[in-house]
Amino acid sequence: MSGGDTIPEFSKTKTGDGHEVSLTNLSAFASGPGIRSGAEVAAIIAVAVIIIGGIELALRLFNVPHYIMPAPSAIAYALFDEFPLIAPHLGYTLVELVSGFSIGAIVGLVMAAVITQFPFAEKIVAPYILLLVTTPMLALVPLLILRFGFGYTPRIIAVALAAGPMVMINAATGFRRVDSAKIALARSYGASTLQIFWKIRAPMALPMILVGLMIGAIFGLLTAVGAEMVGGGFGLGNRLTTYSSMIQMPQFFAVVLILSTLGILIYVLFFLIGKKWASWEA
Amino acid sequence: MNAGNAKTPKLGVQGATKIYHTASGDLLALDRCSLDVHANEIVSIVGPSGCGKTTLLWSMSGLHRLSSGTIRLDGKEITGPHPDIGIVFQEANLLPWRNLDANIHFPFEIKGEKPDRAWIAHLVNRVGLDGFGGKFPRELSGGMQQRAAIVRALALKPSVLLMDEPFGALDSFTREEMNRLVEEIWLDTKTTIVFITHSIEEAIFLSDRVVVLSARPGRVAKEYRVPFPRPRSLEIMATKEVFDLTNTIKMDIVGERVRPKARERGNAEIVRIRP
Repeated sequence: MSGGDTIPEFSKTKTGDGHEVSLTNLSAFASGPGIRSGAEVAAIIAVAVIIIGGIELALRLFNVPHYIMPAPSAIAYALFDEFPLIAPHLGYTLVELVSGFSIGAIVGLVMAAVITQFPFAEKIVAPYILLLVTTPMLALVPLLILRFGFGYTPRIIAVALAAGPMVMINAATGFRRVDSAKIALARSYGASTLQIFWKIRAPMALPMILVGLMIGAIFGLLTAVGAEMVGGGFGLGNRLTTYSSMIQMPQFFAVVLILSTLGILIYVLFFLIGKKWASWEA
Repeated sequence: MNAGNAKTPKLGVQGATKIYHTASGDLLALDRCSLDVHANEIVSIVGPSGCGKTTLLWSMSGLHRLSSGTIRLDGKEITGPHPDIGIVFQEANLLPWRNLDANIHFPFEIKGEKPDRAWIAHLVNRVGLDGFGGKFPRELSGGMQQRAAIVRALALKPSVLLMDEPFGALDSFTREEMNRLVEEIWLDTKTTIVFITHSIEEAIFLSDRVVVLSARPGRVAKEYRVPFPRPRSLEIMATKEVFDLTNTIKMDIVGERVRPKARERGNAEIVRIRP
């Protein structure tokens, strides 16, 4: 019965693989774009004005045709003018992203929580997870469209397949962190395995889970847009192909602008969640 | 509290042996270690690094299963964590995602009990943490963290408090302060305390008895009574008695560090401590 005990160690949080990529070691939460003062905000806006104004000026000065590079003002105008037409497509993309990401994230989280409880099973499953993480799920979209038609289904599947493994691999890193002293603390009060999971393992894993969710959501966005470009008649990706084939460059860049705003919103969302719930890590 | 036989130790360790199975082979950490701790006593355990002090303490707490031997609390064998035994871990071991209040309430949460607010408030006041309940561990000094850990350990009113090198990471001034705090708490609660430390001075200042463990595999090599009345002042640390006792214990431990070689040669008798 005594065989399961390990030599007591303190304050050594063990991670599965020792090295965590910088993107995932929470520097994203700790040293992210923390804007502190009004002066910094002013400086950031000033730089933006100079860059955008400079581009505008240069494009006009050198008479660059709009199909090569539209002026920022033309893009802004297209954004407002065309937005009612783009909005439904934004809606489609968001539906794909949110539903696909939710499915992928839930499956990824549950799998990570379960698999890390069984080190042997984890060793067997790990290569396949790596395969899922590294394979661009976009490659499967034509196949999925053949199977499921041009509706939401193939794209939601692709988003889930792209986001799920990302969430899983990061969450698993989080769940693998073992602090034997903290678990011993809980056990000394007679905590059950379930209590240890919810009160020790899950909070310890939370920062890594948030990183996984953030990366998963951004991968999901990429995949959703890519999947829309492959085929079908709607979504922001479809707008990109349509506008570029019609050489409507201002409208094209307006869509790009919407996409980067989406990406930034995803980042900011998880950054704020991390700041609120996982700042103890930093 | 101790209704039965007065001779029944509060916490009795009989022939405790612990083998760890590691990747590099089996490791005998404790070898037939026996020790009685009586009710309301403060006993310190000292010994060379890696001699199994922490293993002994974790076994006494029921966190580790002994390979052989028994641990008895009030005469009844314990085989797992017991609500009557509180533990203070090395380096506070607070949960960083909880503020101090939530850390102190953690034991009640696990037990599904309502926190005893009056008692907690008393303890918090006793250790001088009033007004820090909303702070997170990283916002506090090491000494304050360890104070909170002591409150957490005492929150469920255990009759035995096991302390595993609780002040090892603190600077010496803070450590003296904490030692006085432990004595104060003891005078207040008369909780039986088993205290593990690297510091002989700390052990002498705090304890009724100092137990010296031999180098690995650990067993009880020697035992000293510390006769000073309580409350003790730091001045006793400057007396000749303490100085001599400190040196004697130091020689026991240093001697132990040299001797294991003889033991490896198989001459176990030489290894035994001089009487």
